[in-house]
Amino acid sequence: MPRFGVVVFPGSNCEMDVYEVLKNVMDQPVDYVWHQDRDLSAYDCVILPGGFSYGDYLRVGAIARFSPVMEAVAAYAGRGGLVLGICNGFQILCEAHLLPGALQRNVHLKFRCAWTHLRVENTATPFTGQCAPGQILKVPVNHGEGNYYADPATLQELERNGQVVVRYATAAGEVTAAASPNGSLQNIAGIINRQGNVLGMMPHPERAGEALLGSEDGRFIFASLVDYLTTGRAARV
Amino acid sequence: MQFKAEVKVTLKAGVLDPQGSAVRGALIAMGYNQFSGVRVGKHIEVWMDAVSIEAARAAVTEVGKRLLSNPVLETFTLEIEPAVMPTASGSDA
Repeated sequence: MPRFGVVVFPGSNCEMDVYEVLKNVMDQPVDYVWHQDRDLSAYDCVILPGGFSYGDYLRVGAIARFSPVMEAVAAYAGRGGLVLGICNGFQILCEAHLLPGALQRNVHLKFRCAWTHLRVENTATPFTGQCAPGQILKVPVNHGEGNYYADPATLQELERNGQVVVRYATAAGEVTAAASPNGSLQNIAGIINRQGNVLGMMPHPERAGEALLGSEDGRFIFASLVDYLTTGRAARV
Repeated sequence: MQFKAEVKVTLKAGVLDPQGSAVRGALIAMGYNQFSGVRVGKHIEVWMDAVSIEAARAAVTEVGKRLLSNPVLETFTLEIEPAVMPTASGSDA
């Protein structure tokens, strides 16, 4: 059975929701990984959860990026291990250069806690394999700095390589400025690295894991991971 | 030897600065019409030990790239001078 590790930095606050979804909704073995641990060998997937690691001091994710565990995460990703960064986790992955670009302050300067609709642009990833192309996922965002930026050349490359995995859209699937909670370039909500094993997304799929919470669409991300890991296409790295 | 470095971190040209726009909007709302642009950056002071001013500069440049700035979005300049960190104010001892 695949084993999930959820990293906890000082200031992380979404690790329990991720743990809850994996353990009680998806019924998977899951552990917390303290930011000073350096051994990820037990895990088939490592998740960097949301929150305010190190108080967002200096820049979001700037200090967490140098936590001891991140050396292990970089090596793990280098070997092809699956890494999912959610919200602050995405910010940390960008600071760590495991993903290109950066997350800036929301263009309207407000902290936005709201439902968004995500259009799935690439289903050929371990994180979206259970989705249909163009499927709409209703998932909430909760951030003040989710405005994705990359220079024009990098943006072009991301689009050309299919590295944009989810985009903010209307419920009907139209990618419009009004559908974006933060002003991200090209309405980018989540991207994957070139090798296809590291995904970062600003919305919180773990908060859309049960109907009681208002949406179960977040489950598709976790179900895709479980499916990918249990059909023998990945080996523990 | 002890040095103080002043690091100025600014957004690269071409990177949107919503905070700067908001500050400019506030100036206009206050009745000032002559400010055509505002961009907000960071000023960081570091006190340090180094064998020479060149070594100090090299160290601050390195941490400037690794931690104090995000090279995707920002650039920085630095100034270094021999100085001792004040103890009565500005220290966290």
